[in-house]
Amino acid sequence: MQYIDNIIFLIALVVGFGLFFRSLKEIYRNIKLGRPIDRTDRPGDRWRTMAKVAMGQSKMGKRPIAAILHLFVYVGFVIINIELLEIIIDGIFGTHRFLAGIMGDSFYGFFTATLEVLALLVIVAVVIFFIRRNFYGVKRLTMKELFGWPKQDANWILIIEFALMTAFFTMNASDWVLQQRNVLAAHGSFPVSSNLLAPLFSGLGDGTLTFLERGAWWFHFLGILFFMNYLYYSKHLHIILAFPNTWYANLEPKGKFKNLASVTAEIKLMMDPNADPYAAQPDADPNAVPEKFGANDIFDLNQVQLLNAYSCTECGRCTAVCPANITGKKLSPRKIMMDTRDRVEEVAKVINKNGKWEDDGRKLLDDHIQREEIWACTTCNACVEACPVLIDPLSIIMEMRRFLVMEQSAAPQELNLMMTNVENNAAPWQYNQADRLNWAKD
Amino acid sequence: MDFTIKTMAEYAAEGKSPEVLFWVGCAGSFDDRAKKITRAFCKILNKINVEFAVLGPEESCTGDPAKRAGNEFVFQMMALTNIEILNAYDVKKIVTACPHCFNTIKNEYPNLGGNYEVIHHTQFLKQLMEEGRLKIEGGSFKGKKITFHDPCYLGRGNNEYEAPRMLLEKLDAELVEMKRCRTNGLCCGAGGAQMFKEPEKGDKDINVERTEEALAETPNIIATGCPFCNTMMTDGIKHFNKNTEVEVKDIVELLAEAEDL
Ligand code: SF4
Ligand code: SF4
Repeated sequence: MQYIDNIIFLIALVVGFGLFFRSLKEIYRNIKLGRPIDRTDRPGDRWRTMAKVAMGQSKMGKRPIAAILHLFVYVGFVIINIELLEIIIDGIFGTHRFLAGIMGDSFYGFFTATLEVLALLVIVAVVIFFIRRNFYGVKRLTMKELFGWPKQDANWILIIEFALMTAFFTMNASDWVLQQRNVLAAHGSFPVSSNLLAPLFSGLGDGTLTFLERGAWWFHFLGILFFMNYLYYSKHLHIILAFPNTWYANLEPKGKFKNLASVTAEIKLMMDPNADPYAAQPDADPNAVPEKFGANDIFDLNQVQLLNAYSCTECGRCTAVCPANITGKKLSPRKIMMDTRDRVEEVAKVINKNGKWEDDGRKLLDDHIQREEIWACTTCNACVEACPVLIDPLSIIMEMRRFLVMEQSAAPQELNLMMTNVENNAAPWQYNQADRLNWAKD
Repeated sequence: MDFTIKTMAEYAAEGKSPEVLFWVGCAGSFDDRAKKITRAFCKILNKINVEFAVLGPEESCTGDPAKRAGNEFVFQMMALTNIEILNAYDVKKIVTACPHCFNTIKNEYPNLGGNYEVIHHTQFLKQLMEEGRLKIEGGSFKGKKITFHDPCYLGRGNNEYEAPRMLLEKLDAELVEMKRCRTNGLCCGAGGAQMFKEPEKGDKDINVERTEEALAETPNIIATGCPFCNTMMTDGIKHFNKNTEVEVKDIVELLAEAEDL
């Protein structure tokens, strides 16, 4: 029976990681529901962008307080993962503080001390984040599109992180007291827990302390597994997806919108004076599905746009700078991203249930995103500029406009007038093209 | 105008080609306020002997408003027509006073067969200044306060924030920045074809919000680099009844004024 711990540990480990990889696979499958897009050009620039924006957090600097707190949590998270490595080794082989043997006592002391300081900073950050989000009223964090799950999600994450860090300190403090009493071999240095927590523990017996140490160790381990699997349901997926998302980001100038190639062929034919308008196109494939212009559902969006939706952290920086939103219009670029992810999840549920996609009679446009939102955008790119993980809400808005105009002729009346003018008079107003040089005569 | 504006057709008839094609744009051609910007720019070019031509009646809308409204058909119809004409004249360099024309021709025409060096008028004047061809003495602006409204399609759209500011700095005025400027600049509300429709329901209009922000700096002049921004900000100061105290002027109008043109 002496290996029972190790066996339970192994099972938890395998189940935890197994479920996690299953979620990742499902996300991958869902992203593949979008149209393919080639974003593999300029790999050098892409790696650089990822290093700068995702690893270097370069876009966070605009809001220094949030940036510093976020940095604490981020660095803390990275380092905790190294500690997870030790937990896994200890758990499988039944060792205690395995890394001490590899690192040597003085370096291990430095390592554990660093972890403690970072864990304390994480606690500080998490507490401030919690207060800021719930009581302080930062507008972008308290808007009504966050009511319900998004708000709970954000709070849960903060609570889980707080609990994990508390367990970490409990573990270290009891360990340290036991080390002082020579019950455990002395490894590591614990500046935070030996000073803050250990005095509370010094009255406890060896058995209780051992129980506390083990309990916290298990809590910490199982907590991390839980957290990992919670990600799939959470905006916190960004801690993983921010990396591919920044890699696949648009590197072209933001003002440059894509030209639809299918339209080009048609217009060239129209404009060619020698073309016989009644002749069948030579390479026309009789079975070809006519291409749909723009998007009214996630299947018409491209894979990067769906990846964007999963990467969105719901921070609302985009919405906070959106001129339409600032002036009280319905448009919120964050909501566009949240709606897109919700719709992907809706579709995924159907696929999981039926084994394949069957039309559920719902669409991203109209059932999630309203036309009023789509028409309020000034295409100013403020949202794109603001996003810390390089998400492009504007590209989704544009695809929906294309759908409304080219598939449904459902533009607002004034825009129809403008487009007719452009078509007939080569200007958005009703002026005569022949008068284009009249300004030179005044 | 007290000099003649030559067209590409006229240059071609003489068997010559100008240094640069001035793309006037729809607003610059037809809108009474924007026409003043067009003329001011021509006066500067004429004064320093830059040979330029316009397309005149051969110019069409670039297609920008149609494209941003979602109508790729009308956009490409315009684009391909324009490209055919530009290529027929073998145009190499295009300057325009409209960031929307600038962005569209620069970024969206190449993929349709239109490859030109495209620059915004503030970039062109900056170039001319650096080459020593344009000299600006802005003494008449001493004691004035100017604030500059970044056009989205020049700034965020194409990363040009410095050229307009460099020109304004030559004016001997005090240049003040609004709270939201450069990458954080707030849209005037006209882009994305919003110019041509009523805004969606909200608490206020975008141009009012933006003008309010500009007026908070108590400027004498709000400088613009886009005919649509110009209209929006002009409407904005009228909204606040400030049109007698504050002027909304394109940068080239200010430069022309400095040169007494
Ligand atoms: S591009 Fe559209 S959605 Fe984005 S900030 Fe500007 S107006 Fe808002
Ligand atoms: S799109 Fe970007 S800026 Fe907007 S909420 Fe999502 S992560 Fe934040």
